[in-house]
Amino acid sequence: MNENILKIEDLVVAFSMYKSGSFKKENLEVIHSLSLDVNAGEIVAVVGSSGSGKSILASAVLGLLPKNAVTKGSITYKGEPITKERQKDLFGKEIAFIPQSVDYLDPLMKVGKQVKGVFGTDERRKELFEKYRLDESAAGKYPFQLSGGMARRVLITGAVMGNPDLIIADEPTPGLDLEMAKETLDHLRSFADSGAAVLLITHDIDLALNVADRVAVFYAGTIVEVAPTADFLAGKDALRHPYSKAFIDALPQNDFKPIPGTQPYAGNLPKGCLFSDRCPYKDSACDADQPEREIRSGKVRCVHAS
Amino acid sequence: MLLEANNISFRYTEKSPLILEDVSFKVSEGERIGIVGPSGYGKSTLAKILAGYEKPTSGEVKLDGAPLPMKGYCPVQMIYQHPELSVNPRWKMVKTLNECWEPDDSFLEKMGIEKAWLKRWPSELSGGELQRFCIARSLSPETKFLICDEISTMLDVITQSQIWNILLDTAKERNMGMVIITHNLALAERVCTKIVKVKEL
Ligand SMILES: Nc1ncnc2c1ncn2[C@@H]1O[C@H](COP(=O)(O)OP(=O)(O)OP(=O)(O)O)[C@@H](O)[C@H]1O
Ligand code: SF4
Ligand SMILES: [Mg+2]
Repeated sequence: MNENILKIEDLVVAFSMYKSGSFKKENLEVIHSLSLDVNAGEIVAVVGSSGSGKSILASAVLGLLPKNAVTKGSITYKGEPITKERQKDLFGKEIAFIPQSVDYLDPLMKVGKQVKGVFGTDERRKELFEKYRLDESAAGKYPFQLSGGMARRVLITGAVMGNPDLIIADEPTPGLDLEMAKETLDHLRSFADSGAAVLLITHDIDLALNVADRVAVFYAGTIVEVAPTADFLAGKDALRHPYSKAFIDALPQNDFKPIPGTQPYAGNLPKGCLFSDRCPYKDSACDADQPEREIRSGKVRCVHAS
Repeated sequence: MLLEANNISFRYTEKSPLILEDVSFKVSEGERIGIVGPSGYGKSTLAKILAGYEKPTSGEVKLDGAPLPMKGYCPVQMIYQHPELSVNPRWKMVKTLNECWEPDDSFLEKMGIEKAWLKRWPSELSGGELQRFCIARSLSPETKFLICDEISTMLDVITQSQIWNILLDTAKERNMGMVIITHNLALAERVCTKIVKVKEL
């Protein structure tokens, strides 16, 4: 199975904002010519820096960007561009979204009704509640009466109500205990095994590695590396980009040693490689823009990667 | 200093089941106690009770033998797992940040908070960016105990280890006590001086 379900090509997203201390607007580019595809039957995990544009990417695919956002590039679903009209047909049915924020639940509507949504049935809702170990009594509650973990599971059941072909999950695991987090990812795996394409945005990298086929590493609005999951499991020597390697070192089960510095602010990006102000291997070759290169059945944006 | 919860029971309404039953828990200054275990055992509820955000149905919380102060700055601070729910959506970030104390520039830099973010609304920041504000806000020099409920699940692993290293340095420097709830066992083993499983509570 290698059917392309989601294909993102050269996506650019910018926000039009007031420049600090002035009345002039500037375009703050938060995603720079980003390409990624997700095939049927596959889970692509998206990991990386917080504030690197992972949620914005999800919003762009789902047509949920705020009004001051400007985009370029193309996003296709099953070979066709996602237009405004198509969005209405697909979203909530073929394309499911599990949002990062539990704020997404309607505070004034009982949970059961929200999960069932416009297109669902009561049987399916009950079946899903059982599968995600939500007590039937939760259906009659309002969102504020749920624990964090329950709210998370409610979001998930609502998303998969319609047996989707594409699932975009933005951090489905915070608030869940370990057992439940693993189970949730296993559910995503079984959706993929039955043919769905899954884009899994997560900071729980060790859990994601149990289920993902490929891993895309985001930094400062770009993808610095795409690698088969096996390379992540093999450890930092198998990875291509210095940022991905630094990632591995920072894990609490490894050195718990962070590299210094922070991701550059979108309004003040370094020239050339976006990681250059923190990279220990920087030299003059890094001042040029870093195009995506194929290396060992993965992709990387770094001149010195091998 | 000692923060203690004595024989705490808790239910949300008279008819709902007990979430906590006769739980006692102690944390001294300089101690960092991790609480791990499945959800549904009331970890977050206990956290809120310890921080004085929720009143127990029975039992009491004491700080050095006295009830938590009702007025002024509370020396027991809590950071939640959902930063988007713990900031006022109608305040710009600068107001939220400086509500209790005014962190200086070097502190903001250490926390990885960009100056330009101060002028934004909370909805204009990513989850992890927002969480850095919530953590910075809680670290006033008057804070003696910090209750952390899954505070780093929104952060990438590099930022997570940076922030935890800052939290640990600050805690050690000020001999602050901490209660840490997390589902990441590797993290708990790294940052806690002691780990309790919920079932043992
Ligand atoms: N409405 C907005 N206006 C301006 N900038 C925004 C807006 N929303 C998000 N941003 C910026 O866009 C960048 C990417 O944000 P995004 O939410 O996609 O990050 P993320 O990778 O999902 O991070 P996290 O892991 O913390 O959730 C951030 O720097 C954020 O500050
Ligand atoms: S291009 Fe240069 S600065 Fe960028 S990651 Fe590679 S070695 Fe480091
Ligand atoms: Mg996000």
